[in-house]
Amino acid sequence: MSNLVLHLDDVQKNFGGLRALSDVNLAVEEGTTHAIIGPNGAGKSTLLNVCVGRLKPDAGSVTFDGQELTGMLPHEIAQIGVARVFQTPEIFPDMTLLENVMLPAFSRRDGAFKFNALSKLSSQSEIRGEAEHILEDVGLKEQMMLEAGSLSRGDKRRLELGMCLILKPRLLLLDEPTAGMSRHDTNSTIDLLKKIKSRGMTKVIIEHDMHVVFSLADKVSVLARGQIIASGLPEDVREDPKVKEAYLGGTA
Amino acid sequence: MPIWLEPFGANYPDLLQKFAIYGIFAIGFNILFGLTGYLSFGHAAFLGIGSYAAVWSFKLLTMNAIPAMFFAVIFAGGLAFIIGFLSLRRSGIYFSILTLAFAQMSYKLAYSVLTPLTNGETGLQLRQTDPRIIDSLFVEAGAGLPSTNLFGLKMSGYPGFYFCAVILIIGFFISMRVFRSPFGLMLKGIKSNQNRMNYTGLNTRPYMLTAFVISGMYAGLAGGLLAITDPLAGAERMQWTASGEVVLMTVLGGVGTLIGPVLGAGLIKYFENIFSAFNAHVLTEMFSFLPDAVVEVLVPIFGLFVGGGWHLTLGLLFVVVIIFLPGGLMEGFNKLFGLLRKSGAQIRGKRTPQDQPGDGG
Amino acid sequence: MDAIFLQILNGLDKGAAYALIALGLTLVFGTLGIVNFAHGAIFMLGAFCAVAFNKLLTLSTKVEDTGVTLFKAYKETPYLKIWFPEAGPVLIDFSVPLSIVMAIPVMLLIGYVMERGLIKHFYKRPHAEQILVTFGLAIVIQEVVKAYFGANPIPQSAPSLMSGSASVGSWIGLGENVVYPWWRLIYLGFSGAVVFAVFAFLKYTTYGMVVRAGMRDRETVGLLGIDIERRFTIVFALATVVAGLAGVMYTPVLPPDFHMGMDFLVLSFVVVVVGGMGSLGGAVLAGFLLGLVQSFASMTEVTAILPGIDQIIIYLVAVFILLVLPRGLMGRAGVMDD
Repeated sequence: MSNLVLHLDDVQKNFGGLRALSDVNLAVEEGTTHAIIGPNGAGKSTLLNVCVGRLKPDAGSVTFDGQELTGMLPHEIAQIGVARVFQTPEIFPDMTLLENVMLPAFSRRDGAFKFNALSKLSSQSEIRGEAEHILEDVGLKEQMMLEAGSLSRGDKRRLELGMCLILKPRLLLLDEPTAGMSRHDTNSTIDLLKKIKSRGMTKVIIEHDMHVVFSLADKVSVLARGQIIASGLPEDVREDPKVKEAYLGGTA
Repeated sequence: MPIWLEPFGANYPDLLQKFAIYGIFAIGFNILFGLTGYLSFGHAAFLGIGSYAAVWSFKLLTMNAIPAMFFAVIFAGGLAFIIGFLSLRRSGIYFSILTLAFAQMSYKLAYSVLTPLTNGETGLQLRQTDPRIIDSLFVEAGAGLPSTNLFGLKMSGYPGFYFCAVILIIGFFISMRVFRSPFGLMLKGIKSNQNRMNYTGLNTRPYMLTAFVISGMYAGLAGGLLAITDPLAGAERMQWTASGEVVLMTVLGGVGTLIGPVLGAGLIKYFENIFSAFNAHVLTEMFSFLPDAVVEVLVPIFGLFVGGGWHLTLGLLFVVVIIFLPGGLMEGFNKLFGLLRKSGAQIRGKRTPQDQPGDGG
Repeated sequence: MDAIFLQILNGLDKGAAYALIALGLTLVFGTLGIVNFAHGAIFMLGAFCAVAFNKLLTLSTKVEDTGVTLFKAYKETPYLKIWFPEAGPVLIDFSVPLSIVMAIPVMLLIGYVMERGLIKHFYKRPHAEQILVTFGLAIVIQEVVKAYFGANPIPQSAPSLMSGSASVGSWIGLGENVVYPWWRLIYLGFSGAVVFAVFAFLKYTTYGMVVRAGMRDRETVGLLGIDIERRFTIVFALATVVAGLAGVMYTPVLPPDFHMGMDFLVLSFVVVVVGGMGSLGGAVLAGFLLGLVQSFASMTEVTAILPGIDQIIIYLVAVFILLVLPRGLMGRAGVMDD
């Protein structure tokens, strides 16, 4: 029996009278890429926030490696191994790419806080080496001394991925990673994700771009109006009539 | 002597001391504001408590400067920990206002509530009858008030300045190390994108608090040195306007740069000295080469901006700098050097990379 | 009981000034998104409008003093008294309320110039720079006033008709001896009227509706094709007038001096933050509340137990509220959230 990295069990979440999530079940196995798709308004953001512990479910449980995530602060969940990519790439715009990637490396090595004010940044060769390596992996080594804010959106996404990867997370959460991207950028993002895929990292991708999903996912769950209406292998889900209806049948 | 050199006359050691002391204050403030971007309007409270602690050390223990500095830093650090802990529960403008509120509270406490400790409006002063426990073991009480000293070396005039200057240099190097350390990188990260910091696994709270306490300790140190060079501690040092002054210095010089704040402190203290010394008489003399009618007009106009009007000039300067050169003097220098380099290259007939077609610049 | 009633009035009175300043601050912050550190200076400018108007009315010349018979003596007599022997003195007596007439256009002009000349260039700049530039502006305004009017407070008196005390006790059955200065009651009423007027404007006019919408979602309002920049100028000018009026009418209570702006500003920020940034109702409510708190804290019974508490009580309350209720009393989500 594979290890369940993320497990949602009969999760309910209501906002006032609105049923944002009902009876949501999700079982993400270690090393797999699990995609959650759904039309707009299906409850994907709510689901994501529940997954990272930002929102507490009204019923049911969310566990990560057997641990309850609810109520944990963002830095705590990162420290236990959950890394997150945001819809709009969240990077450090006024620092160099190298610095951007070194910061998470420090976080992984030294923990949430370390008062190393008297050691020199320039002498941290191990971390610097790691950072350069990751930048190479994501194809940004050339630009490593550039200011991150000057990158294109696609490159910012690569940088962000690099920043997550250097954390060596147990679980990588991707929140609509190709949102607002050109075809070209979308494809290069997919290629990059495929490249990482081979490392056996567990990934959960929230998307509504079918192409992305079917290129990357081992398993797909479809969320519509707060409920999982289908879950399984990409090919099966694609053929599922309920899924077709949800996407084409005019559900908002 | 000509007015521009006035400060370099009899007042010189005094001015130099102030320059060094406020330089230290500004360096510490820059570690907080320059790196993390958190704007505190309450640092005067730490300056004040540093002074008070130093004077109490003189009164109770010894006139030696070292214990005075030690207590100044410790007490300021302690107060900074408390104020920082509470204020940092919020960020942005809420944080700034909280620091302002705390500073005002400290000022009021010092001015009218804790008067046994602070002597309120009059200020805490030395007295013949002070216990000075440690001193009395070694030294015979002489006539008149003793003076602050560093193991026998009197801390007034030039020696006082040299002492402050050494502390300034040490403080500068420490801040340089902080800037260039992983810790410094974290602080920059907080300014750059606090959300990403959190999701990277870094707990911003202790980083912020540490930066706050460090900057508070620098302020306390400055306050202590103020008392060492002039053993008096008054409540007005804790008024928010003193906090405003250090903000001015840091911004004028260049926030987030290493030497900027020191430059800013130096310039402001220098001009404060000069401008305050101007008066109608001096102005008239200055313009004496112009026809009388012109002088009649110019003197009152200029008179507005000097002497008592120094703060007006400072305020205007500040506004102008923020509008056109928010990076302060350092930004100005950089731009100037950039221009010079470019024109130099053009003179030599070389094309700089920026001149290549198709470049984004 | 008497003392408590008086303290309530005192607190509401003081709170009224805070509320008006905080109202202007919140209007500007909620609509323009700018934290205006010069707002206290504007309050102070209002007070000095009253001073200037008074000076204008009492422009004097030397007139022979017929009362002195031993030698020729001269008395400084205001022109108004000479030209209008009956109406003149009355006008001068009522200079404070009359200066409202001058203050409104002057403050409008000041607000307009400030916004168009300086503030509007900072809408897109970082918050820290907005704070810094308005802070610098406050210093400049303060120093100009000091240069022109001198560093000493210039007391202004209320019209003699209103400078006595009203026996407020008799209104609510507490006895004739409970008295409270008339002018302060008038101030309270005036402030209430201004607050009411502002809220009415916002609620019942289309203009006001646009402002309220802009406070909620600036971007959308702009997208609707409404010239948001002009609204900004008008809102800023409105806030300036409100603060200025608060200053004008407060002069008999507190002699104006050049640094009163900053003192009030610090307190007003505290008020705004306690009330909840972006909430107009919160600002007004918190203003009165904190005025009351401060007033009660200064009662002798209280200072006997906790000496000096009145000096710091506002800050203590503010700190407490900020820590317990992160958005203040009535703040809305999304405004300056962490």
